Amino acid sequence: MSATGIGASVRRKEDFRFITGKGRYTDDINRHGQAHAFFIRSPHAHATINGIDASAARKMKGVLAVFTGDDLAADKVGGLICGWMIHSKDGSPMKAGAHPALAQGKVRYVGDHVAVVIADTYAIAREAAEKVVVDYDVLPAIVDTATAAATGAPVLHDVAPNNTVYDWKLGDKDATDAAFARAKHVTTLEIVNNRLAPNPMEPRAAVGEYDEGSESFTLYTTSQNPHVARLVLSAFIGIAPEHKLRVVAPDVGGGFGSKIFIYAEETICVWAAKKVRRPVKWTSDRTEAFLSDAHGRDHVTHAQLAMDETGKILGLRVKTTANLGAYLSTFSSAVPTYLYAPLLSGQYNIPAIYAEVDGVYTNTAPVDAYRGAGRPEATFVVERLMEVAAREIGRDPADFRRQNFVTQFPHQTPVIMCYDGGDYPQALDKALELADYANISKRKAESARKGLLRGIGISAYIEACGIAPSAAVGSLGAGVGLWESAEIRVNPVGTVEVLTGSHAHGQGHETTFAQLVSDRLGISIDNVAIIHGDTDKVQMGMGTYGSRSGAVGMSAIVKALDKIEAKAKKVAGHVLEASPDDIEFKDGKFSVKGTDKEIDFASLALQAYIAHKFSGQELEPGLKEGAFYDPTNFTFPAGVHICELEIDPQTGIVTIDKWTAVDDFGNLINPMIVEGQVHGGIAQGIGQALFEGVVYNKDGQLLTASYMDYQMPRAGDLLSYDIAVTNTPCPSNPLGIKGCGEAGAIAAPPAVVNALTDAVGHEDVPMPATPQVLWRAAQRAVLKAAAE
Amino acid sequence: MYEFAYHRPGSVAEAAKLAGDHTDGKLLAGGQTLLPTMKQRLAGPSDIIDLSRLDDLRGISVKDGVVTIKALTRHAAVATSAEVKAAIPALAELAGMIGDPAVRNKGTIGGSVANNDPAADYPSACLALGATITTNKRAIKADDFFQGMFETALEEGEIITSISFPVPEKANYQKFRNPASRYALVGVFVAKTAGHVRVAVTGAGASGVFRVRDFEAALEANFAPAALDGKSVSASGLNSDIHADAEYRAHLITVMAKRAVAAAG
Amino acid sequence: MTAVSMTVNGQHVSAEIDPRTLLVQFLREELRMTGTHVGCDTSQCGCCVVHVNGDAVKSCTTLALTCDGASVTTIEGLAKGDELHPMQAAFRENHGLQCGFCTPGMIMTAVELVSRKGTNLDEHTIREELEGNLCRCTGYHNIVKAIAAGAQAMGTAAE
Repeated sequence: MSATGIGASVRRKEDFRFITGKGRYTDDINRHGQAHAFFIRSPHAHATINGIDASAARKMKGVLAVFTGDDLAADKVGGLICGWMIHSKDGSPMKAGAHPALAQGKVRYVGDHVAVVIADTYAIAREAAEKVVVDYDVLPAIVDTATAAATGAPVLHDVAPNNTVYDWKLGDKDATDAAFARAKHVTTLEIVNNRLAPNPMEPRAAVGEYDEGSESFTLYTTSQNPHVARLVLSAFIGIAPEHKLRVVAPDVGGGFGSKIFIYAEETICVWAAKKVRRPVKWTSDRTEAFLSDAHGRDHVTHAQLAMDETGKILGLRVKTTANLGAYLSTFSSAVPTYLYAPLLSGQYNIPAIYAEVDGVYTNTAPVDAYRGAGRPEATFVVERLMEVAAREIGRDPADFRRQNFVTQFPHQTPVIMCYDGGDYPQALDKALELADYANISKRKAESARKGLLRGIGISAYIEACGIAPSAAVGSLGAGVGLWESAEIRVNPVGTVEVLTGSHAHGQGHETTFAQLVSDRLGISIDNVAIIHGDTDKVQMGMGTYGSRSGAVGMSAIVKALDKIEAKAKKVAGHVLEASPDDIEFKDGKFSVKGTDKEIDFASLALQAYIAHKFSGQELEPGLKEGAFYDPTNFTFPAGVHICELEIDPQTGIVTIDKWTAVDDFGNLINPMIVEGQVHGGIAQGIGQALFEGVVYNKDGQLLTASYMDYQMPRAGDLLSYDIAVTNTPCPSNPLGIKGCGEAGAIAAPPAVVNALTDAVGHEDVPMPATPQVLWRAAQRAVLKAAAE
Repeated sequence: MYEFAYHRPGSVAEAAKLAGDHTDGKLLAGGQTLLPTMKQRLAGPSDIIDLSRLDDLRGISVKDGVVTIKALTRHAAVATSAEVKAAIPALAELAGMIGDPAVRNKGTIGGSVANNDPAADYPSACLALGATITTNKRAIKADDFFQGMFETALEEGEIITSISFPVPEKANYQKFRNPASRYALVGVFVAKTAGHVRVAVTGAGASGVFRVRDFEAALEANFAPAALDGKSVSASGLNSDIHADAEYRAHLITVMAKRAVAAAG
Repeated sequence: MTAVSMTVNGQHVSAEIDPRTLLVQFLREELRMTGTHVGCDTSQCGCCVVHVNGDAVKSCTTLALTCDGASVTTIEGLAKGDELHPMQAAFRENHGLQCGFCTPGMIMTAVELVSRKGTNLDEHTIREELEGNLCRCTGYHNIVKAIAAGAQAMGTAAE
């Protein structure tokens, strides 16, 4: 392994600009003559709009325009879309209500977009917005997931009576019923998976620009997938044809899913730029982000696990209601269906699984993918059931899991997935050892002596990353393919530009992708530039989410590198006067087998471009190759996380004092970056379990609209994590890598809740388990102990 | 923010005159509460009277058993002051628990006390230590100063110049932070002077900081955590929000008070 | 409009500004120094931390006019030419950043922390002192490591 090759913890190439304040985020971009947009948002969760009077605002000095839904309709601007078709049990397509970028006669959540003011400055736009009078008739609202579909609940969209977007199923109901019929023990849980706000530290932003000369638009925006944004903005929303729209996603300050989607604000900025003939800029403040960035999770689930007399699992039955919010966001429909139920087999051999999922509308912000997207919800169901089942049948939770692990691969689950490889017992054993699981009872006794409650919780998760292949996801309703693209441009001096359809917003692609190329071509990592995030530069690509950029994005680069090597060998054959079949490529040198004739990579590149040594008719000059890589399967990272914590029953304050993570991500390109991904994921998972929860009151007012009320995990709330890996290389891609971006967020919540419930001795601990929740939960434990 | 006219007086007298002339104006001390409120357009003062140049309003002195902290003294200065640490360590500790380091570098004791946020820390210290709030016009006892949520005895054009804290025999402040905002969800300041004990609670009361006479009497009889066994504050009149309902707050008051007594020694 | 002048990263600057202008707006919009970021509206995230007369403050909660005559240091002023400040170098070496958005505020907070609490910082102290700085990417693990290492390096550099 070289110091900068595959497997080395290379320090990041992108860091210099970030640590010196020279990053270039969307809000850092200022275009000459730019105007500013301020969005007027609904203060009501549900209301009809009788009229909008913007006359006073329009007269204000510095105001360029006030636009409403009527203006968009007049320009035939289409609505925002949901790109994944889900069918109900009866085969009918999901019932998607219209989602105009600015409201048309009705608002459906607090923060819904009513109108936009464009002015010389942000201050003027905001001032003018207060002078716009909107005449609302307030309607009753529904925010509760469990009762959204109940008779009599206010209906958001006429197309979806009972607010039900779909009632979907997966698995074999009859087989599952039969499994339960012969079960010796059934464990039942009612689970609420709390709604979260993604909160990348960089708020969303957009700058739209129109060039009259070329009749073309440019949009700078905080996107995880600029090409998909361009496709949606042109093909569906109809802002401009694709070749007249450039979308640039520069440095992006975190995404976690929330920047995948195509929102109203960037749509309006790019459209309005032509209307006012000036660039239009919008930057979200944090409260707007809480109101209108797509939220995550929000499931209510009834789950049952059936076992035989030996503890062997026979079946799993799940009924979930998923809150989709007021409108269907870009990929929202897929998250609680195909990204959720196929993961319900966990790491276990479960012969029969049946899942029903109802997607419902409520008067809340749209819900879509957030770090893990469906997989944390599935893992929470499975790992809570496993823990509780073990407790109920008097088994050690680790042994119970081990008994039911999948050990033979490939393993076809009853819910679509075919696991291609893994070693689950190995990760469990390693984690138990690192966590000193064997001595937990001693530590519990020590805590008890201090009046504290100690608990330990295991989470053995699996995730499916790099959703693929395209044909398969297409058959499940996806509106897009989920391949990735790469182009390798070798310059005449031997430096290399890699144009990737992946997009980095913290993942460090500029380093890891360069490691891959440097390793393969035998050139310095400094001579490799990774270019991404600009549709004018980079060929169509699908962007970064779902832990796909390693397994899919880098595999596309490998495929392009294969072509580069093949072409280069032909050039080398001419230069070295040998058959291309006799050319070997190693350590950056092309040589003729069995001779000392060789040429280094840079010199070969120059030969390819000057084309003096071969006929252009026989071999094209130049050295540039592209590839589109469509995987053969998902990848299946898996692992075991163990949380150990202590609760002060007097206050409900919990302290996590040990976190052990053993993950199998297959081969690692850069272990330092992988560990960083795991750390961040764990923090978000702990956040879900202990701190974070979006709360609406019954009228649909958002009570957690700032960091004053939404608890973000802080450094002092967390700890340093003990991280280790196992490695079963992924057989489904050329690099043998899996995906690590979401693992922590998937693994952590059940580990925490399993530890909390272990500590308090009962299962009634909802998330987020705030001090108030834990105080009440601990009181029960204290009373129980006193009674005994 | 709404528009405002900006003034930067060079003396307390000038500041007081400006404040008297612009009754819809606001005094800007550290601005750590006022500016966020203005940014969110929850406040729209006509005038901002920036006190940052009133350098004679900064400083700490200890004399005759009284710690006097001038109004524009920043929380960071109180938290790290050797004099305060020696005389009333609980007060320095309290200052070190306000906000975060950057907020403590700007926020001032005078601003905090004048604002009387029901979840602020300083009001509990003022009340428990029996502080005197001195203004450009008069001296006001803490017992008379805090008059309910965001309400104080301050009149128009009146500016706090210093706050004096008699040095107690023992004192301690226990803060249970709001998990999100880190303001006091419940903060209990316990102070023991010759023959008297005061217990002041912030964060919990619907009308701001208050004393718990029942606890004080029990602790005067026996200054020990056990003196509060079985004692509690009624949940009625306490705040309820998504972080803590009144019952939990009431429970925490007793827990925090006991811990404060234990820590006070 | 009101006149303001101050020293930013050693350079004297002056301008006529709206009194409402926050220090962070002055830096980003007037001076086009965009290294200082805004991540919240309630003074909690710390993406905007700069030094005013040596003190770490939240530039989103400071009027530019209050800083008239002050000396301001931002993330852009920390390195000496091409030579990174030891704390900057430690963040890179310890992978203390991912998306980079909170990083300027983290580094400015960390540098001031060392000035107050010295170069030997334990994990508990560092975590407590980061009360006012949020990061969504790193889970803080490597930020804590970076600050401990950066503090040590500042001590060595000062010797």
